[in-house]
Order: sequence, then C-alpha cells, then structure tokens
Amino acid sequence: MSKIVRTQASFLYTFVLIFGFYIVAHGHLTPGGGFQGGAVIATGIALVVVAYKFDEIKRRIKKTSLTAAEGIGLLSFIIAGISGIGVSFFYNWLANSGLLFGESVTYGINPGYLNTAGTLPIMNLAVGIEVLGGLGVIVLYMLHFVKGGERNAA
Amino acid sequence: MRNALLVISLIAIFAFFLYVAVNPGDLGGNTGDHLIFGEPRYSDMDDYFIHNGQNQTGANNIVTSIVFDYRGFDTLGEASVLFTAVLGVGVALRLLRRDKNDE
Repeated sequence: MSKIVRTQASFLYTFVLIFGFYIVAHGHLTPGGGFQGGAVIATGIALVVVAYKFDEIKRRIKKTSLTAAEGIGLLSFIIAGISGIGVSFFYNWLANSGLLFGESVTYGINPGYLNTAGTLPIMNLAVGIEVLGGLGVIVLYMLHFVKGGERNAA
Repeated sequence: MRNALLVISLIAIFAFFLYVAVNPGDLGGNTGDHLIFGEPRYSDMDDYFIHNGQNQTGANNIVTSIVFDYRGFDTLGEASVLFTAVLGVGVALRLLRRDKNDE
C-alpha cells in the first residue's frame, strides 16, 4: 500500500488495540464483551496485514503467539468455569465475596464499578484473548494462502 | 413462469406476515389482545433476570451476566465452536497450499 496508508495504519494500530482491550475490560459494565472486543483487536491485526509488506507483517505479528493466545484463552476460560465446581460448573463464586472483582452491587442505577461481577471479567478477558488469536490466525492464513510459495511458509 | 410463481409466493408470504403482525390474532393459541409479534405474553424469565441479575452477579450489563453466568455452559460451546472453526480453516488452507506447491 502507499505511504499514506502505511502511516495511518501505524498511527491507528495502537488505538484500535487500546479500544479493543477497553471493550474487553468493560464487558460487564458496557455493551460489548469478550467476543466483540476480540473482534476489534483482530481488526487491528487485519489493518497491519492490509497496509504493510510481507516482511514487515512477519516482523510485527507472530503466528505462533496468536495460536498460543487462542489455546491459552480457551484453556483459561474452561479453568474459570471449573473453578466454581464446588457448587456447580460455571458458578460465579467470586461475585459479592469481597475478593478480586468481588464488590457487591445493589439493584438500580449506579455509575459502574470495575471491581465487580466476580468471574465475569476473567471470562471476558479469556474469551477476548481467544477470539483475537483465532481471528488473527484466520487473517494470517488467508494472507499466506493468497501469496503462496515456499518463502511464506511460516 | 418460475418468476411469476416466485413473485406470487413472495406476495402471499408477505401478506400472511402483515396479517399476523397487525391482527390481534388467535393463531398458534395466542389469543387475547396482544399482538403475536412484538409483545410476548409471558415474561417471568426476563423479569427475573432484570430484577435479580445485578444483585446475584454484580454486573451492570445484564446481557453479559446471562451470557457468561446464567448460560455460561452455552458460551463454552460457542468458544469451542470458534476454536474448531479456526482449526478447520487452518487445515483446509494448508491442504490447498500443499496441492498448489506440488504442481
């Protein structure tokens, strides 16, 4: 792509990532959550893939780390579900407990506190990591398939 | 002929949905003064979620509290579906690329 697109991409990349992680982190307060925020972060990866040449993409984005993120995300989601096995699978044992993310909330309008909702933010983060890894890997696979050849075998 | 049939069936389907939408109907046993589309009659479940969701899960976003807490097992299925889909895309594209390199 042209120099204009590359400059815009390098400028916007950071902000797209920050916005995506904002959506993931505030999943229990505002619209959005793990799936949506992960998709936004994968959009940032796709922006880099569209804007740069192959060597630069390879320098910036590692496919092994994306696949690792996908696996780690799903694993930590399952672990967060299993952690409530004392009562039942996917029991929210951290909510209203006073521990991490354990502040209690009463019914009604409130400004929205981050330190609430128990295991929900942890699950949101896990799903966000999984989705960004999965969609990023798909984008990279498409790129490799389009370019083809021995040189791109990563 | 086929186009005429298509148009006629589309008009019939549209007329049926229009009739159902505006008529306070007795189709499907849903009698009374409620519209079939737009106003569900029984809402015990969503009333329960709206009134108790914040107390029980501590999340302001009721949708998240349903998706990750009340229906967490369903979300586990969704996440594994995404994982499997990515796995399938990887396998398929790798096979295609190997075929192209062989020739």
